Amino acid sequence: MTGYGTSGEDAMTGDGTAQGWDTGLDGDVLVVAGEKFTSRLIMGTGGAPSLDVLDRALDASGTELTTVAMRRLDPAARGSVLDVLRARGIRVLPNTAGCYTAGEAVLTARLAREALGTNWVKLEVISDERTLLPDPIETFDAAERLVADGFVVLPYIGDDPALARRLEQAGCAAVMPLGSPIGSGLGIRNPHNIELIVEAAGVPVILDAGIGTASDAALAMELGCDAVLLASAVTRARRPGLMATAMREAVIAGRMARLAGRIPRRRYAEASSPAIEPGAR
Amino acid sequence: MNVLINGVPHDLPADATVRRAVQELTSAVAGVAVAVNDEVVRRGAWDSTPLSEHDRVEVLTAVQGG
Repeated sequence: MTGYGTSGEDAMTGDGTAQGWDTGLDGDVLVVAGEKFTSRLIMGTGGAPSLDVLDRALDASGTELTTVAMRRLDPAARGSVLDVLRARGIRVLPNTAGCYTAGEAVLTARLAREALGTNWVKLEVISDERTLLPDPIETFDAAERLVADGFVVLPYIGDDPALARRLEQAGCAAVMPLGSPIGSGLGIRNPHNIELIVEAAGVPVILDAGIGTASDAALAMELGCDAVLLASAVTRARRPGLMATAMREAVIAGRMARLAGRIPRRRYAEASSPAIEPGAR
Repeated sequence: MNVLINGVPHDLPADATVRRAVQELTSAVAGVAVAVNDEVVRRGAWDSTPLSEHDRVEVLTAVQGG
């Protein structure tokens, strides 16, 4: 291991298409709990200025799985994010955003299952309002209870390889380490830990939180993550639709680069042209 | 009978059920879930689940987030 994403053991060898291009992605699907997804970009819905903007951004992103939060019903609310997802045929992934304890998260997940008819949940238990960093103790507690209750649990965690392993052993269907704090746009602050999580994981690793721009999403995939979840980077961009397109392409490019296998980093140059024979000049 | 629905006091008939509490907020059923005193009440049990004085009813739905 000489740098990010150099282990290509799982690389596919594409046979190329009719045009002779090796896309490497034919038949390359994300599988979570037995469900297949062609897109490896999971979208959040927070931060969009309107449902219309969100709708166009989701369409441009090509996402097939998108998170929603559960909140008290507002009788005055017009339109629903659920209508947008249903019209686009996008699978809904409820989260437990806003929960500070395992008990709150378990109740929220159960309400989401009842309201939305899905036993999938992005488990999110935060420790404090300022950092929104996930609380590992409460998260693990909630994960065990939700797995026992028949949920497909996708926990949002810090970039902690030990916790990721423990959550997988507890029966979680994926692990979702952060790149950096939610909404910070700081990118992937500890790529080495993300690599360690990827190396050890037997379930999908979904990079969640902190993505600021397309290169962050590409790096996540180059590091070997199976998918990327982002919201603010798109919904708060000056042009959400354009950024959604950039993210879609970045995730594809990063996945291709991962499968292709990057060259090792070297300290010195290695000539790419044949050496000139002595006296030929 | 006084109950809290999403944190707001409501005066309901003494024989009110969970469905009656939901109807205080919305006529919609799809995409809505209810907890009474932190326990989920399945949609199929809304009519058969009576409320009691000072019950805390939470009526939730999906919103943009995450």
